[in-house]
Amino acid sequence: MDRRFPFKVLEHIFSFLDANEDRNSVSLVCKSWFETERRTRKRVFVGNCYAVNPLKVARRFPKMRSLTLKGKPHFADYNLVPDGWGGYAWPWIEAMAARRPLLEEIRLKRMVVTDECLEKIAASFRDFKTLVLTSCEGFSTDGIAAIASTCRKLRDLELRECNVDDLGGDWLSYFPETSTSLVSLDFSCLDSEIKLSDLERLLSRSPNLKSLKLNRSVTLDVLEGLLRRAPQLVELGTGSFSDELDPEEISKLTKALSELKQLKSLSGLWDLLPEYIPVLYSVCPRLTSLNLSYATVQMPDLVDLLSRCSKLQKLWVMDMIEDKGLKTVALCCKELRELRVFPSGADLDEEDVALTEQGLVSVSEGCKKLESVLYFCVQFTNAALVTIAKNRPNFRCFRLCVMEPFAPDYRTQQPLDEGFKAIVERCKDLRRLSVSGLLTDKAFEYIGVHAKKLRMLSIAFAGDSDLMLHHLLSGCESLKKLEIRDCPFGDTALLENAAKLETMRSLWMSSCFVSFGACKQLSQKMPRLNVEVIDEHPPKTRPDSSPVERIYIYRTVAGPRQDTPEFVWTIHKNPEVGVSRLSTR
Amino acid sequence: MTLEEELQSNVSVESSTRNTIGVVLKEHNYLGLSDCSSVGSSNLSGLADDDKATISLKATELTLGLPGSQSPARDTELNLLSSPVKLDEKPFFPLLPSKDEICASSSQKNVASGNKRGFSDTMDKFPDAKSSVYAEKNWMFPEGVANTQAVVKKEVAQNIPKGKLSTTNNSSSPPAAKAQIVGWPPVRSYRKNTLATTCKNSDEVDGKPGSGPLFVKVSMDGAPYLRKVDLRSYSSYGELSAALEKMFTTFTLGQCGSNGATGKNVRNETKLKDLLNGKDYVLTYEDKDGDWMLVGDFSWEIFIGVCKKLKIMKGSDAIGLAAAPAPRAMEKPKMRA
Repeated sequence: MDRRFPFKVLEHIFSFLDANEDRNSVSLVCKSWFETERRTRKRVFVGNCYAVNPLKVARRFPKMRSLTLKGKPHFADYNLVPDGWGGYAWPWIEAMAARRPLLEEIRLKRMVVTDECLEKIAASFRDFKTLVLTSCEGFSTDGIAAIASTCRKLRDLELRECNVDDLGGDWLSYFPETSTSLVSLDFSCLDSEIKLSDLERLLSRSPNLKSLKLNRSVTLDVLEGLLRRAPQLVELGTGSFSDELDPEEISKLTKALSELKQLKSLSGLWDLLPEYIPVLYSVCPRLTSLNLSYATVQMPDLVDLLSRCSKLQKLWVMDMIEDKGLKTVALCCKELRELRVFPSGADLDEEDVALTEQGLVSVSEGCKKLESVLYFCVQFTNAALVTIAKNRPNFRCFRLCVMEPFAPDYRTQQPLDEGFKAIVERCKDLRRLSVSGLLTDKAFEYIGVHAKKLRMLSIAFAGDSDLMLHHLLSGCESLKKLEIRDCPFGDTALLENAAKLETMRSLWMSSCFVSFGACKQLSQKMPRLNVEVIDEHPPKTRPDSSPVERIYIYRTVAGPRQDTPEFVWTIHKNPEVGVSRLSTR
Repeated sequence: MTLEEELQSNVSVESSTRNTIGVVLKEHNYLGLSDCSSVGSSNLSGLADDDKATISLKATELTLGLPGSQSPARDTELNLLSSPVKLDEKPFFPLLPSKDEICASSSQKNVASGNKRGFSDTMDKFPDAKSSVYAEKNWMFPEGVANTQAVVKKEVAQNIPKGKLSTTNNSSSPPAAKAQIVGWPPVRSYRKNTLATTCKNSDEVDGKPGSGPLFVKVSMDGAPYLRKVDLRSYSSYGELSAALEKMFTTFTLGQCGSNGATGKNVRNETKLKDLLNGKDYVLTYEDKDGDWMLVGDFSWEIFIGVCKKLKIMKGSDAIGLAAAPAPRAMEKPKMRA
């Protein structure tokens, strides 16, 4: 008796599966489920562009409509990965263009995207709707113009913190003259000026536009005119907020903002002058997301603003908010789910530190829904961490950056082991953790024992020895991404836990004590790991004991990559071949 | 209690139960405060092969970017069980390649003032790639926190200016830049750049001319794509050079010989030419008249007024380019004014 479900029934059932994790599990059950699942998957996510061959992905998912790719390791954000490392989008674009012309959405993070790529996208995918590039580089505004002019069904064009070769604002005039289908436009990372008339006309013929993020060169005096043409905006990123406006202009702008009845998210606000804060009053009560992290305003003004934002769920702000400001947040923003406090780089005098651990403690007390935190602070205490953990066991993402490496608890001079222990013990749902301050191996023992759902962990200047890594690799069951810098462990833990590495997406280690010999051993032992050594100063001879600057280890079914630059060395599986760059350049 | 003892006492004893060699600090090792034998011991406890004994301690010392560099001060055959390395032999801060090189260059520069780093006065003498590691935007580092750190910080700050570190783009930005580690604090470059521009903008409001960014394209022979730089975000040739090196580092790796020679105290303009001439590349620019000239002859202010495009050419290609001739004689007096 054929016990299998008819394909159509299975297909129907699988159509309810959205999460790729579920789909991945389902596809492992048996061949027919694998086949059914792959024929029905529409949104494909590849967390490491080198983990798999683009052609294979294209072939496996005939119905794919959306592709999300990530390239460089996360630490590339902090200049730890030299330029030219890799992460090229081209092979993927090429493969998709050839085989999946019905692709509609491409989202890339930390990848090198050239104008050629963008032109290929424009030319190949007739229903192309969504392009979101985050922290990408390698392209110019010419490529953007190609997308704007050719993709007639374009809905989303978002350049988030990209490094773009900005050749001028012409690209804006390339959108089709008839009405566009634009829903979201983000060019906040571009530098050059755009022509106001181009933008105004674009807004007038984009009735569906819900999200608009301007760049800094858009001055305050023109904002009112833009908003009048797009009163339906849900998300607004302003340009510079600092020009001199006369009273009439101010009142016009205030009115225009108050007309944005659907506005939920506000960002931009570069150089926000305190006298313009009242202009924003009208939108505050509706705001669920506010990004003040480029607004260099002081605490009193921030308090003025934030005390009106009772619906706020996401707040990004600089440390000028101080403990006092965070107290206000704790009192007024009861819906807060995500808080990020960035360092302003202001020279902090020891006595004058106005943002301390107390700020985060207040917020953890007052904001019961808080689940995601990124907090830069000069110093911290175990007691504060314990209190925070007690207050908020619902943390899913906890990233604390004590900016002084090796800073102990400043009251007790103890390592922050006990504090982070409390965090991982109480926050059972913790998915992402960044630790800092003085930490011994004990801290990592606690993390290994308790942080069972932890997927991503970032560590810097911590630990005593190999035990640290061993605790993590043997303890954290769900660990997928581990990135470590400047920690004094070496080869042992790495080799002992080699098998674990195949269950993870990637491991980054820089300025640690890993030896070249260990890298070789690891690579030979684990055929499905790419062990890449990044060494900008390769020695003439490389004995096994010599340390490596940085290594990046990731699981892959695609074998060693062919596009490594001069400073990346892939360790061959064949010990006789040794180490080489496989680049064909 | 001295700092050393205090820090040592912080290290939990359990680390000693695993070490066959000795109980010493691990995590503070790369500040140079502890017995160097601790460096090796963590590696030793598990390694099976005989290479243990020859593990080069100094080579495994945490230094950003220079484990393989040949440095006279490094004893690659250092015996693990030898007497503890004296404190003053090791650089306090991993950014510095070796005490040797630091000392050699210390004559070149005095500590600017207090904890300030003399970045703007120190030209990078290292291979390009290294400058990509060090050319960190001038990120502020907060003043000492814990008291136990105070000594470390002071020492660190003292040593840094003597080191040969690349200039950064913002060496003229807000003072008291403390010890800078690449990529620390972990803030995205995009954010740092944006905030740096905010500082610069407020500087300009205070009276400097400058009317907004001045972008010029920078191309390089052999590079797959060109970049753009904002000339107004730099205030000297040194800064520009450092930024360009960082951008084009991939393509110039291995070009620059090791410039161990130090002790020079030269104007930035000359330094730029020296540096680039030391490699195979020269920096040239196209001026308002469309002529290609060697960079470095005019003062910075004049330069940004005339420069339309930049190009990093191979030295051999640039032979035909003279330094700016006669006009210079006329320009110079103006520069001084």
